[in-house]
Amino acid sequence: MAGPVSGQRAVMRRRQNAFRWAVVTVALLFFGAPLFGMLEFTTRDASGHRTAATWSQLADLGTISQRYPDLSAGLVASLWLAVLTVVMMLVLLVPTMTWVRLRLPGLSRTVEFLCLLPLTVPAIVLVVGLTPVYAWVTYLLNGSAVWLCFAYVVLVLPYAYRALDAGLRAIDVRTLSEAARSLGAGWGTVMARVILPNLRTAVLSAAFLTVALTLGEFTIANLFSRTNLQVAMYLLGKSDAQISVAVGLAALLFAIAILFAMSFVGGQRDTVSPLSRLRRHRQEPT
Amino acid sequence: MVPFFAYVTVFLLIPALVVVIGAFVSGGRPTLGNIRALGQPAVTSALWHSVVLSAVTAVVGAVLGAVLAYAVSTASPRGVLKRFLTSLCGVLAQFGGVTLAFAFLATFGATGFLTRALATVGVQSGGGLWLYEWDKGLMLVYLYFQVPLMLIVFLPAVEGLRPQWREATETLGGSTALYWRRVGGPILLPSFIGALLLLFTNAFSAYATAAALVSQGSPLLPLQIGGTFTSEVILGRENVGKAMALAMVVVVALVMTAYAVLDRRASRWLVR
Repeated sequence: MAGPVSGQRAVMRRRQNAFRWAVVTVALLFFGAPLFGMLEFTTRDASGHRTAATWSQLADLGTISQRYPDLSAGLVASLWLAVLTVVMMLVLLVPTMTWVRLRLPGLSRTVEFLCLLPLTVPAIVLVVGLTPVYAWVTYLLNGSAVWLCFAYVVLVLPYAYRALDAGLRAIDVRTLSEAARSLGAGWGTVMARVILPNLRTAVLSAAFLTVALTLGEFTIANLFSRTNLQVAMYLLGKSDAQISVAVGLAALLFAIAILFAMSFVGGQRDTVSPLSRLRRHRQEPT
Repeated sequence: MVPFFAYVTVFLLIPALVVVIGAFVSGGRPTLGNIRALGQPAVTSALWHSVVLSAVTAVVGAVLGAVLAYAVSTASPRGVLKRFLTSLCGVLAQFGGVTLAFAFLATFGATGFLTRALATVGVQSGGGLWLYEWDKGLMLVYLYFQVPLMLIVFLPAVEGLRPQWREATETLGGSTALYWRRVGGPILLPSFIGALLLLFTNAFSAYATAAALVSQGSPLLPLQIGGTFTSEVILGRENVGKAMALAMVVVVALVMTAYAVLDRRASRWLVR
């Protein structure tokens, strides 16, 4: 871009800038209106004046758990679900995907297919199929909401697989593990102290996707009548809408802030579509 | 290895078999009755509504999202505007369900701020009841996650357009319109259609938003399936639910297959 810009090019650049700002402004108005609607709704009192009562109530966690036990129970259940789902997802996927890479490359197609299969199964269909399975879960464990984590692991499988697959592709798993093994490390050490630290970014992004999906899940929890955060918000929305809307807005803004902050950390996120990534992976010479 | 396959068998393959086999079984005996029950007017109209809703929001969302993606792609690549919009859209694309329903009720509902603002300038929107109808309100609500999803999916394709191609066109005397018609358009077309199909399945599978917003009747197929759970189960009715679930999987699988084929075609220009 050195040197003077020619007249024609400058006109084009100006036109592009004007176009960009017009489109972005319209988009932000569309995206912003419902968010503003939520804010406006939660700062309204019975007589139509502005008040911050709902938000100060929300900041006071003690009263929340007293006045809205279901909401705090739902929040606690959702947090447990997030933790359990992340742990189970990592325990299931990381060793399997590493092992497939090292020893059983013939199985990589099968694992990939199984992991991407949930993309074609809508959550509502999964509910239908999981009903008998969850009858057993309730029988063997109990009817607590935290056992929804089994279903959530299936839901996040494609997204987690993609993130971890990208991470594994970026490191030389074979050399790393052989080096560790020749220095006397067992497989447990290789996993915990060599593979996982090298996959830090991938594990982080898989975990973030998992947490986001878990905290926002409604379909499965609602149809299995278990109270997680979203179901609690839905039920509370019928009696005390303001606090419920405030919780929703807070969660949403929190998620946007986290994602925005994450875009400054770490490298540029690879946003190529999952299938093209997978295909490119296959073309790699081995 | 073993835990993974055991887990997937119990929580993914068995549910899949339950749906597939359950669709053809009633009272312990094989039957086509569940599939025939799909011909009931309530089910066919729900399927039709679902398809129309998904198709319209996919097309409108894809066009708007593509324009937005192009506008964003002209911004500086590491700038704040682009980071902010991609993070915002990353969240909004996944933002379905209860919060989304609340947000639209607070905006367009009977006491929503836009409804009141419009009323003060004399535009009556019928008490916000239109919001609950599948062909009016739901379409607008679905667009709220379709447009961001399109931006996320389509942005890499738009960014794959090399400035050199445009310069080459200009050197050969081509105008902007010619560039889009003969160079940019054909390169982006497979990605665009692929993203459109993805948006279709996204809207088609969505349950939470509609469930949180529509409280009466079941105008959409996912709501019909959900209804077989919550309503008093008439004997054999839950297997009709499985048949409906199977129908959904068939539609989604067909569209995803088409997507996979197109995606392969599209990425020819995107290898970086």
